[in-house]
Amino acid sequence: MIQIDVYKMLQTADGELPLDISLAIKKGQFVSIYGNSGAGKTTILRVLSGLTKAEKVNIKVEESIWDDSNKKFHLPIQKRSIGFVFQDFALFPNLTVKENLEFALSKNDSKEIVSELIELMELQSLQNSKTENLSGGQKQRVALARAIVRKPEILLLDEPLSALDDEMRFKLQDYILKIHQKYNLTTIMVSHSIPEIFKLSDQVIVVDKGKIVKEGTPETVFTEQKVSSKFQLTGEIINITKSDIVYVVQISSGNNIIKVVATEDEVKEYKIGQKVLVASKAFNPIIQVLI
Amino acid sequence: MINLDPLWLTAKLALITTMILLVISIPLCYWLCYSRFRLKAVVEALISLPLVLPPSVLGFYLLIAFSPENAFGKFLSDYFDVRLVFTFEGLILASVIYSLPFMVNPILSGLKNLPPALQEASFTLGKSRFTTLTKILLPNIRASLFTGIIMTFAHTLGEFGVVLMVGGSIPEETKVVSIAIYEEVESMNYDNANVYAGILFLFSFSILLAVHLIHNKSRKTTLY
Repeated sequence: MIQIDVYKMLQTADGELPLDISLAIKKGQFVSIYGNSGAGKTTILRVLSGLTKAEKVNIKVEESIWDDSNKKFHLPIQKRSIGFVFQDFALFPNLTVKENLEFALSKNDSKEIVSELIELMELQSLQNSKTENLSGGQKQRVALARAIVRKPEILLLDEPLSALDDEMRFKLQDYILKIHQKYNLTTIMVSHSIPEIFKLSDQVIVVDKGKIVKEGTPETVFTEQKVSSKFQLTGEIINITKSDIVYVVQISSGNNIIKVVATEDEVKEYKIGQKVLVASKAFNPIIQVLI
Repeated sequence: MINLDPLWLTAKLALITTMILLVISIPLCYWLCYSRFRLKAVVEALISLPLVLPPSVLGFYLLIAFSPENAFGKFLSDYFDVRLVFTFEGLILASVIYSLPFMVNPILSGLKNLPPALQEASFTLGKSRFTTLTKILLPNIRASLFTGIIMTFAHTLGEFGVVLMVGGSIPEETKVVSIAIYEEVESMNYDNANVYAGILFLFSFSILLAVHLIHNKSRKTTLY
């Protein structure tokens, strides 16, 4: 069990904002932290890892105390059993992929874990490359592998997949899940993506303006507010044509062109170039598997 | 035939000054980059002072300070039997102070330009500040270290005012090239002055050329 109580003044674009949260995470769980930018999500990870100090903080991991501001106790970052994956990867440009992983070893550690992780993350062909030549997805795999070398109890992921395209995201989500299960980690991930949270996490914590506003399983937290049988799209009118007694309005939304039927009275209010909302309450969506 | 002693003396002075400054500047820059000390700006201003102050002003104060007539000089002379006025040792100390910004500024800006996450990542991997500095931070600011070394060396070669004030012009002790040139000109030996000046000119130019070539190359290959 990880018990975290934090109080810290955050400096945000809109002035000061107190981050005041208290949360308990069970061992082995995958927990996501969701919320708007500047809500204090990353700060929670940073305080837990010891990278950021807080005015008041109590952190207890299993039986050991990591932070106790009443007793002015602060366990140094180096002694906390964590793996941290930074948003911008933070790979060491002077080292190769393999050396980045080996850097994390302590003096007497066996190098076995490094080869094991290189294999698990499918980095064999890249292991002697310098990290600056890698693609975003490859860098992320190296960062993930490096964070596991010390076999930490807790894996902290700060928006690990935000810089990647969809295909890469799906692949890396599988890697994250694989690692989480294989090494019995307790994983805490900051994420903006609801599908990602659904796919990966057991628990989700919604943070807004420095407070926890909701917590529970992804289903209970997101179902009521985000998922419904109603479809809504925004787009722009690109053409209006008359077809027999009705009008056809063409709307461009994302990569799609949608055709909607309208009456003569309705068309009078529309202009080409207008931004519009297309909504439908009852129809039969078809789901097609893409990958 | 010109006397080669001033050339050797200058090279020796520049080399020793550069080595001392490298050793001092790395911990100093690390502290300046990461500490939250309130009066840091004062320290930074003091370090940069030799950039704007006339060398003769600095030389004058150092001469006064080193003089055995005054407290600091007397203390050195009484307790350590060290004399810094008109000696090579005094010249080294003066050069170290005079060239300090040329070593500190490139290293400091190199460190400041590194993403903070590099150091943090190293900490989360269980590494100490020292290991992080030597294995991660310094190797990633190689170009800045190189610039600092070269600029310090080149700048020390060209010293005149400070050297003249603190060192005078004692052959084989404090008579460096820039002073030798001045003396040759004063005694109308333009040919000798020409040789000294030419060597200094070519040497300084090649050094600066090397810095720029290396910087252009590293900009293409380094990410940060």
